[in-house]
Amino acid sequence: MADIYLDNNATTKVDPAVVDVMIPYFLEQYGNPSSIHKFADGVARGLKQARQQVQALIGCEHDSEIIFTSCGTESNSTAILSAIKAQPDKKEIITTTVEHPAILNLCDYLEKDGYTIHRMPVDKAGRLKLDAYQRLLSDQVAIVSVMWANNETGTIFPVAEMAEMANAAGVMFHTDAVQAVGKISMMLQDTKIDMLSLSGHKLHAPKGIGVLYLRRGTRYRPLLRGGHQERGRRAGTENSASIVGLGKACELALEYIEYENTKVKAMRDRLEQGITGQIPHCFVTGDMYNRLPNTTDIAFEYIEGESILMLLNKAGIAASSGSACTSGSLEPSHVMRAMDIPYTAAHGTIRFSFSRYNTMAEVDKVLEVMPGIVATLRKLSPYWSGDGPVANPEQAFAPTYS
Amino acid sequence: MWDYSDKVKEHFFNPKNAGAVIDANATGEVGSISCGDALRLTLKVDDESEVILEAGFQTFGCGSAIASSSVLTEIIKGMTLDEALKVTNQDIADQLEGLPPEKMHCSVMGREALQAAIANYRGEEWKDDHEEGALICKCFAIDAVMIEEMVWANKLRTVEDVTNFTKAGGGCAACHEDIEAILEKVLAEKGEKFDPTAAPVAAPEKIAAVKAPLTNLQRIKKIEQVLESLRPSLMADGGDVELVEVIGNTAYVNMTGACNGCQMAAMTIAGIQQRLMEVMGEFIKVVPASEMKKLVNIEVA
Repeated sequence: MADIYLDNNATTKVDPAVVDVMIPYFLEQYGNPSSIHKFADGVARGLKQARQQVQALIGCEHDSEIIFTSCGTESNSTAILSAIKAQPDKKEIITTTVEHPAILNLCDYLEKDGYTIHRMPVDKAGRLKLDAYQRLLSDQVAIVSVMWANNETGTIFPVAEMAEMANAAGVMFHTDAVQAVGKISMMLQDTKIDMLSLSGHKLHAPKGIGVLYLRRGTRYRPLLRGGHQERGRRAGTENSASIVGLGKACELALEYIEYENTKVKAMRDRLEQGITGQIPHCFVTGDMYNRLPNTTDIAFEYIEGESILMLLNKAGIAASSGSACTSGSLEPSHVMRAMDIPYTAAHGTIRFSFSRYNTMAEVDKVLEVMPGIVATLRKLSPYWSGDGPVANPEQAFAPTYS
Repeated sequence: MWDYSDKVKEHFFNPKNAGAVIDANATGEVGSISCGDALRLTLKVDDESEVILEAGFQTFGCGSAIASSSVLTEIIKGMTLDEALKVTNQDIADQLEGLPPEKMHCSVMGREALQAAIANYRGEEWKDDHEEGALICKCFAIDAVMIEEMVWANKLRTVEDVTNFTKAGGGCAACHEDIEAILEKVLAEKGEKFDPTAAPVAAPEKIAAVKAPLTNLQRIKKIEQVLESLRPSLMADGGDVELVEVIGNTAYVNMTGACNGCQMAAMTIAGIQQRLMEVMGEFIKVVPASEMKKLVNIEVA
């Protein structure tokens, strides 16, 4: 069997149909969209169509609410920096402890400049408390930024409801939706969401293209100033081939959204049930009843994630982990810590994330090798003895800190 | 993923001496579960000769932690305890044909488990003498705790100071923002303000630069003097440097101890050359002595 890719929340394969629509923009229609000659005369039309394809997927009212950027991170930075620049007297930002580093590290940086950052905690299933959120909303808050779906666990936050609450309090609302767009249906025009970030490479478009949705009328200050591109809201020559590719990818995502929530979900469920049924001492993290259809994050107790990934890789299976070692940091994933997952489990979390390219046969192959991989590593673990963990594992093995 | 050597992969996929030694009479347990790496080393030591007859490991950790544990047990089997105490983390890394800088701490954990096990056998209490912080300088593998301590101890004020005392920031320079943040934090604790334009504190043992052209003897003496001044920082890492020959403007040196075979050797040599040129005011090329042999051979042939 060919290698199995179950790391679609990290990035996805570019759909061949997307590549096909892009190629003419490299070889024929390579003119600058601002130029008046035949090398460019189709580009503006291509961009217009792409804008409408994105609009259809996220359900916004106007195609001019779509601003093309270089990536999800740029969209996130643009949104937050715009909000604080446009409202210089408001010195507070509300976000969550489980956001992507694209938000958290920017907030840490703004904190040094004197901003007060409210990082809302989550419970053990990764859920927010809306009454606590309500109390944080005030006229001091420049922006709320809450992810639509978590990249590690797939847990979905009630962003539509939270945007309503922010709007009622007169506060701008941004959502980092890079994991949600294309996986769950959305109709932005029916919500009070002011800004939304999405990223092409998470939905079978190429890397290096993103979108900031900006509700018409939302006060805005560009991050990049210069030319008139994107109506002066994001200067810089358009990445026309990638924009057209992203448009096609959005069209396909809309076509497949039903498939994603039935067939892809069925593969995810079968893998999850197979693993938790066969392997002792493992559990699913996040909110099992409210999450993306393609994601499962499973904590394997008493073993470490990078080791699991290396053995999976040897078996031709790609996934990812929230362990400290995979990132070279000293702590396991901040998402696992925020949910208070014990260290002996947090380092052993493995995320399997599916796409429409996966098959049930691949699920069976993973189910075949996974029990052996876990058993092999547990044999090496000081927390494990024979068929189960040692009694009182944390007391039985309490190493000197080094 | 990490760029692991074949040796690391070999020891990870087929670990040697996994599991606890039955009838072990020495046990060392080190690591930190919060960081995701912990190791129990068990040894069977011959009471007469103090030779390590068997060694076994149980490791919770990543690929390089398991590989470091495995190779450690292979290194120490058959050694006496005194011989084993001389094993450094660099020996472990060398046996693995190198580790990524972010993963060097796995080899440190191996050495510490060994020290802890030997202390346990001898009825002593082993105390960990270092604390590990977030890795700041990826070129020279220097962590935040080390930088903070040096800033406190030596009253450092600028990034240049930190580079002079710890090497951190002396490579690609991408970590200078992080180093400034540490300086800001420590200086604030001392009630001072970080000023990037502050005059550097005296670099360790500055040697007066010479101007006039040098005779070869003067040059050799001067080179020796500069190497002497660099020695403490090399020895702090368990390494050393020795001058083998000077031919014209080329100095041949031997990197010894931990420097030998270290992935950083090439960078260290570049650093030595830079320092020599600053002090001597002339172009000096520093070349590993191993390359000198090749040159001689070609001449003979």
